[in-house]
Amino acid sequence: MIHVKFFASMRDLMGDDRDIDDEIIKEKAINTVDDVWKYCADGKERSANVLIAVNMDYVDGQTQLKAGDEVAFFPPVTGG
Amino acid sequence: MKVIIDATPFDPWRVLDEYQKKMPQLDGQYGATAVFVGTMRDFNEGDGVSEMFLEHYPGMTERHLENICKQATGEYQLMESLVVHRVGAIKPNDPIVLVAVWTAHRKQAFEACREIMEDLKSKAPFWKKEQLDDGQDRWVEKNTKGY
Repeated sequence: MIHVKFFASMRDLMGDDRDIDDEIIKEKAINTVDDVWKYCADGKERSANVLIAVNMDYVDGQTQLKAGDEVAFFPPVTGG
Repeated sequence: MKVIIDATPFDPWRVLDEYQKKMPQLDGQYGATAVFVGTMRDFNEGDGVSEMFLEHYPGMTERHLENICKQATGEYQLMESLVVHRVGAIKPNDPIVLVAVWTAHRKQAFEACREIMEDLKSKAPFWKKEQLDDGQDRWVEKNTKGY
């Protein structure tokens, strides 16, 4: 299973968090972060400024995933 | 070193005072304390802002703030550091963030405090949603330059 999270304006765009189960991972050949986006996005483009984290570390779209990973998509951060 | 994510309003000066009193290793040892407090304004991008909601990524936020403080501790020989950041509903004049560092000399204190703050703004996963005076709301999509 891969856990997918969306924060802030990405949640407005993409909807609620979701889990992708092992059968779908195999059937759709979901190996990378980009594959996760493609599966979840229903054709929506990912803006160049969208940030990605896997297991809470920043990564890029080519990052390979393994079972149990948590993938998060979010807009530029605006704390402080 | 301490990082606090606070869902309720806080008084930065009281938090600072209480934290420093609990740090006996500072007693007689530190020569400088630099403090930054960020506060909510009632305007942004030319619009009146009546309230703000601060969202964060629990777990990742704390991890990145701790990493930022650890890095600054090594780079600037910090004796202590404290970061407090609000989440949830915030009103104008409410403190949003407190960064405090204790060092032997002022140069490290000034530079470390600023570096922690700038790293926080570019790396820590927080997002602001503003409620405007006209009733609309909007996500803040980029930080102001600030300096």
